[in-house]
Amino acid sequence: MADSGNLTLNFGPQHPAAHGVLRLIMEMDGEVIHRIDPHVGLLHRGTEKLAETKPYNHSIGYMDRLDYISMMCSEHAYVLAIEKLLDVQPPIRAQYIRVMFDEITRILNHLLWLGCHGLDIGAMALFLYCFREREDLMDCYEAVSGSRMHATYYRPGGVYRDLPEEMPKYKANQFISKSKVKKLNYNREGTLLDFIADFTERFPSKVDEYEALLTDNRIWKQRTVNIGVVEPERAIELGFTGPMLRGSGVEWDLRRKEPYEVYDLLDFKIPIGLNGDCYDRYLVRVEEMRQSNLIIQQCVAWLNKNPGPVIIEDNRLTPPKRALMKHDMESLIYHFKLFSEGYSVPEGEIYFPVESPKGEFGVYIVSDGANKPYRLKVRAPSFAHLAAINEMVKGHMLADVVSVLGTLDLVFGELDR
Amino acid sequence: MVNKKYEQLNDLIDQYLNSFEIVKTNDGTSITLELKKDDLIEICSLLKNTDALNFSMLIDVCGVDYLHYGVGDWETTKATASGYSRAVQQNTIIPDPDEKYQEKRFAVIYHLLSIDKNWRIRLKTFTGSENPPIVQSVTGIWNSADWFEREAFDLFGIYFDGHPDLRRILTDYGFIGHPFRKDFPLAGNLEVFHDDLEQKVKYRPVSITTRPTVPKVIRKKKNS
Repeated sequence: MADSGNLTLNFGPQHPAAHGVLRLIMEMDGEVIHRIDPHVGLLHRGTEKLAETKPYNHSIGYMDRLDYISMMCSEHAYVLAIEKLLDVQPPIRAQYIRVMFDEITRILNHLLWLGCHGLDIGAMALFLYCFREREDLMDCYEAVSGSRMHATYYRPGGVYRDLPEEMPKYKANQFISKSKVKKLNYNREGTLLDFIADFTERFPSKVDEYEALLTDNRIWKQRTVNIGVVEPERAIELGFTGPMLRGSGVEWDLRRKEPYEVYDLLDFKIPIGLNGDCYDRYLVRVEEMRQSNLIIQQCVAWLNKNPGPVIIEDNRLTPPKRALMKHDMESLIYHFKLFSEGYSVPEGEIYFPVESPKGEFGVYIVSDGANKPYRLKVRAPSFAHLAAINEMVKGHMLADVVSVLGTLDLVFGELDR
Repeated sequence: MVNKKYEQLNDLIDQYLNSFEIVKTNDGTSITLELKKDDLIEICSLLKNTDALNFSMLIDVCGVDYLHYGVGDWETTKATASGYSRAVQQNTIIPDPDEKYQEKRFAVIYHLLSIDKNWRIRLKTFTGSENPPIVQSVTGIWNSADWFEREAFDLFGIYFDGHPDLRRILTDYGFIGHPFRKDFPLAGNLEVFHDDLEQKVKYRPVSITTRPTVPKVIRKKKNS
């Protein structure tokens, strides 16, 4: 056969395994990858520039839309950075609520990651199972914020509302009978916390089910073991964070190392991998789901026992009570000022990182004392991870590119910003 | 606990970097070093390779344009009919290629992290009046700088000398200008449309106007 030389192949941007809008230009020798040049930015919306033209609170919703798989974690970094600049401390109950929802978000993210990673490699059934559990957690999002994905629930100074006393229920209609509805509502009779508690009871057995499908599966191991190996020193050099770094065996988790909110009061373990391949990162993420489940249980127990305020009562930052505004002039003025001009943040700069499910999600704000950020920079974990893909897949086969793309856990909303 | 850690770092910085001209800001929980851009490479390799400091990871590189820093939209002290118009509009600015910048217009910010010591530091360097703004690339010290520097180049037009592959990364193929500069309009300069007659996608000047919904107001903190 004649030597045909290297082949240049275009992958994406419209490819189901490209996880959004990634375009890869691949130089290949037969089926072996020589070089990959990722083209990103197809989803660039200029979020940071937009945020510069809006008062601080208007951009909380944009944070949800950055990493649209782990919405509240991105909000968290932004809100914490503002709080640090303003030097305010949210009430302890708000901190527990935020931590609980961060961990719910982590499970949401890892479930989607697991489902899609499995789907990419050929495990179709897993995708359906993962989305079944995600549905319950989405309902928690909806119960607390009215929105299934883009919650905009956190605020500088706490969270917007306390947890609802009642979990929304299914209603009977021409398609769902009354007896079916009763079955569907069995865990929705109590509060949101009861619903979450019920979920955390069920969830570990579900994770066992996923693991039964994958962990010892011959095909799964053939597709992931020794694929995309990253040495720990290399992972640090490349700026890896989160499960990508822990999969390589570096014990680094901001929840433990730089505890924010109430993470230092909670009991959980940090799983790490040994070989730094796709399989280890899979194991790390699955174990993280179990640990998140434990954190949620601890939060639910605390929240059930300790009622209290969930947002600070400083009317420069948070709206006054609606009832108060009806007869109190001061409250009316504060309300008007807050919703027209917003609040001014003291001059300074801050970088605040949180451990988002994908890695270190950091927000860098430069404030010149105005009611809008002078510069907002979002440090997206996926950005550093994708930058290393050339190194990770060099010498692998074309099919392994899909495994590596899956293990990177990319979301283009935050990567392109 | 956090404070103690940064006190120690503060002392180490004084010890190792005393030969350089740096402006240090320490607010107890974070340290910022403002350094001259000629010293950048030397200081960075010192920060990474000194075992006592051990900044093994470069977390982030970003640019900042200080053109409108501290300039509010509404400077009046009392309400007037002409103080602020909702329709404040900036005309399209075509940058002069020979323009000399103010000394402190563009800054490059580096966030470093030490995994072993568990501390962070922020480096800041101004590019000076040069046009185009240039700083040395740190890709040789931390490999993760690669894409972050490409991003700062794309969005701010800051060149990184010594970068192996300085291309645009986030903006469209064939994009003109550097969108995150403060003199670049929010809605951009060009918009894409489909020409029905020629049956192809073309560019034309933007037809939308940007109107600030909320003016930028700077309020000094009252002495309490």
